[in-house]
Amino acid sequence: MMLSLLTFLPLAAGVVVALLNPARQKLGRNLAFAASLLALALAAGLGAAFDHARVGMQFIESFSWVPSLKIDYELGVDGLGLLMVLLSALVVPFALLASWKIEHNPKLYFSLVLFLESGLFGVFTAQNFIHWFLFWELSLIPAFFLIKIWGGPQRTSAACQFFIYTMVGSVAMLAAFLALYASNDPATRTFNFAQLAEAANGRHWLASHHVLATAIFFGVFLGLAVKVPLVPFHTWLPAAYTEAPTGTAMILTGAMSKMGVYGFLRILWPIFPVQMREWRTPMLVLAAATIVLPAAAAIAQKDLKRMVAYASINHLGYCLLGIFAAARLTDGSTVFANDQAAALNGVIVQMFNHGLTAAALFYFVGLIEQRGGSLRGLDDFGGLRRPAPVFCGLMGIALFASLGLPGLNGFPGEFLIFKGALHLASRTALLSIPGLLLTAVFLLAILQRVFSGPLPAKWSGWPDLTTGERLIALPVMALILALGLFPQLLTGVANPAVMRLLGIF
Amino acid sequence: MLAWTIYISFLGAAVLMLLPAGHPRPARWTALLAALAGLACAAAGVADCRHHAGFGAFTDAVNAPWIAELGIRFHLAADGISLVLVLLTGLAAVAGVLFSWNVENRTREFFAFYLALIGGVYGVFLSVDLFLLFVFYEMAIIPKYFLIAVWGSTRREYGAMKLAIYSFVGSAMVLVGLMAAYVMAGGRTFDLVELARHANSFPPAFQNWAFIVVFVGFAILAGLWPFHTWAPTGHVAAPTAASMLLAGVVMKLGAYGALRVAMTLFPVGLHTWQNTIAVLAVVGIVYGALVALVQQDFKYVIGYSSVSHMGFVLLGLMTLTQIGLSGAVLQMFSHGIIAGLLFAVVGRMVYDRTHTRDLGKLQAMNLSQVLPFAAMTFVVGGAASMGLPGFSGFIAELQVLVGAWQSFPALAILAAVGILAGIAYTLRAMVKAFYAEGAVEARDLPRLQPITVPERAGALLLLGATLLVGLWPQLLLGMITPALNSPLMQPLWKAGPP
Repeated sequence: MMLSLLTFLPLAAGVVVALLNPARQKLGRNLAFAASLLALALAAGLGAAFDHARVGMQFIESFSWVPSLKIDYELGVDGLGLLMVLLSALVVPFALLASWKIEHNPKLYFSLVLFLESGLFGVFTAQNFIHWFLFWELSLIPAFFLIKIWGGPQRTSAACQFFIYTMVGSVAMLAAFLALYASNDPATRTFNFAQLAEAANGRHWLASHHVLATAIFFGVFLGLAVKVPLVPFHTWLPAAYTEAPTGTAMILTGAMSKMGVYGFLRILWPIFPVQMREWRTPMLVLAAATIVLPAAAAIAQKDLKRMVAYASINHLGYCLLGIFAAARLTDGSTVFANDQAAALNGVIVQMFNHGLTAAALFYFVGLIEQRGGSLRGLDDFGGLRRPAPVFCGLMGIALFASLGLPGLNGFPGEFLIFKGALHLASRTALLSIPGLLLTAVFLLAILQRVFSGPLPAKWSGWPDLTTGERLIALPVMALILALGLFPQLLTGVANPAVMRLLGIF
Repeated sequence: MLAWTIYISFLGAAVLMLLPAGHPRPARWTALLAALAGLACAAAGVADCRHHAGFGAFTDAVNAPWIAELGIRFHLAADGISLVLVLLTGLAAVAGVLFSWNVENRTREFFAFYLALIGGVYGVFLSVDLFLLFVFYEMAIIPKYFLIAVWGSTRREYGAMKLAIYSFVGSAMVLVGLMAAYVMAGGRTFDLVELARHANSFPPAFQNWAFIVVFVGFAILAGLWPFHTWAPTGHVAAPTAASMLLAGVVMKLGAYGALRVAMTLFPVGLHTWQNTIAVLAVVGIVYGALVALVQQDFKYVIGYSSVSHMGFVLLGLMTLTQIGLSGAVLQMFSHGIIAGLLFAVVGRMVYDRTHTRDLGKLQAMNLSQVLPFAAMTFVVGGAASMGLPGFSGFIAELQVLVGAWQSFPALAILAAVGILAGIAYTLRAMVKAFYAEGAVEARDLPRLQPITVPERAGALLLLGATLLVGLWPQLLLGMITPALNSPLMQPLWKAGPP
């Protein structure tokens, strides 16, 4: 029952916090934070109890839910799921600390974040589509309100755009799954991911309805692609991330954007292997576009938060490059098989590390905004390293981690993805390399324009990080370093899951 | 216990008329107590039935001779299907009173008519003697008329009269079919179970005309296209509680009658007309959704959405599969709750405060900031109405779609298109009414009375019900499935086309 407990703990705590007397705002905030720490402890306990050597799902729970439709309540995690659960459990308390000084109704804000956390845990542990989709949607509604109520000046249109894009994608995905379910034989109808994958590998029903299968594939693809997001479905993202309050932006990019990539690995890859191969080339082109175009767009931005938002799209593009590069038939060649394993391991490592780094970057940009009196333009600052050396140093580490400097956590994932992709999909990989360079350009530009150069007189009293802020940043900084130096901490967990994915492809 | 749902409602109406006029407060509390007592009796009745005959057979509540010469009995009983609808009536009744707390004009009479309508509805769902069923069915028409004509809004006389005329025409058709079946079966009984035993001996030619007459007679009230036109005008004209009841339970009377009477008594006729009615149902689904997509009046959007959602009930019935029928019954419950909720938001929370339902005017008010509770309720209720997983509508519409896919795949795809249009009109109404960028400055926002406690209680009751059933559908499916497996329903599955 560990996974159920983990999933429903934040939800229950969120309800309690929401129902507290409105005069007890501080109590609500403390309770919510305590609940998120408890969830982190539970997730860590899961990690400790997780058997690294075993392939397949662990901590399985399965109950019949709606027998007439064969909908079951099914939970389980493999290495991929476990890492995403850990990432969510890490990002949420970090984001709550970053939101500590919210003034407008903090109780409601914190309880919504907890609902969102439940949604994340549910998505990363559910093994049955309906159950999974329930939590997928559950995470959408609090995110909408977090942007809508606490966002920046353009919050309403940003929230609505975010909601409508994601909703349209979700509906396409739901419709696709219902078609998949209904077109199956009544005796073998199921929403279970593993059973659907088995049936797909048996090639007995999707193969005989080729057009239908392709339509279903694209329905599911659309839902996931909007969430990641993949160019050209990304246009909701810059507004949503920019308008979202700091803590919410941290969760959106740190954990929620991983829901999409996770779906590619958990759903699209095992259930639609034929379509993945068939549409590999156009998808690779989209992945390369997702890497290069947002990086170029980031250079043109003047708003720090918008730049970091575009960087986020670019980094998730690498994940999709890895997935689609690996999605090719290898005819038993061991070299190719090694490259596939490298690319997919890279994807999972990148998901985890990007979550940490991007959350840290949004945190620092939030601090700049707070100190700068809601200014956050690239040209509004300069020379801040003199009054705030620690701030500059830590944010510098996060920026370097983001651009993939070896030794920091951004490197191993991108390295593994490119190692695999250069062989498996050479042209696309070469096409994507300018993206790496462009990322370096705009991240370094932030470092240079904000922290070096002449210090404007009005910022001469710029406060450095307070002790509290240092303590908040410390655990994440430690992880950025540790995972950069010991990436096997992640690959050790991810590899059995990768082997299983490759085995069923 | 179950019979008391009816008695308490009529008793409540009688007590209300004895109260002194001009004192709204005791009238409200009397109505609320009567509705709550009815709901409690309904819940106790469910427990009763579980102990006695189970949900697969009728558990008698009362069975006494009434007009012995004609074999007419005062026979009230319930199986799983009727119990689901009795529970729905109880919930809708309580919520309706809570959302009528602000009725100041002749409060006493308003609630008396309201309770009389509820009593009639309980009666229809519990009658096993079809003559008795017909009497209750007629009794429900009168209070409907007055509720709309006296307390309604836009074109209320027109809406009320249209509804009354449609209802009377429908019930006349039902009466003709019932009398014919009574005579054909020997003229000794109106008992549903007894008559159904004779169903096999009814000649096919007779069944063919009797079925369509009785089915359409009932289905008029269920909003079957093209006989649906009373529904949007009636809903719009009615006061909030009455539109909640119209969409919530009165439309279910029609669907229930169509299933219980027309389909059970004339299975051969049913198979003859199955495809035709399924096509009409799908036309209703798509047409209702597309018309809702272009409405300027907020209440018309919900009104046409009811036509669309009721199309799913009729489509589910016509699939003649276990899964489709169980979806249809669940959809009756689900739509009753969700439509009630949406009408409450539109009619009570928004219209009673802003005095406009024009989406263009609401757009300028930025209601999500002025009435955050109403906005939140509409978002969640809208999500339920779209049929998102987690809400009752999802399980219901999915079962109907799966059943339809087995019986008529092409229609199932069209119905799925209707669901997509449903998402579009719900999002459109949601954004226009609550989340449009209208007045941004605090001083431009309209000053409206905040949402009151009874409104909150009513909204939470209905939201809780749709969520509970959505997350734990077995609660109701456990009652519906045995009832569908009962001997009474066997002719539906067996009789093939002649």
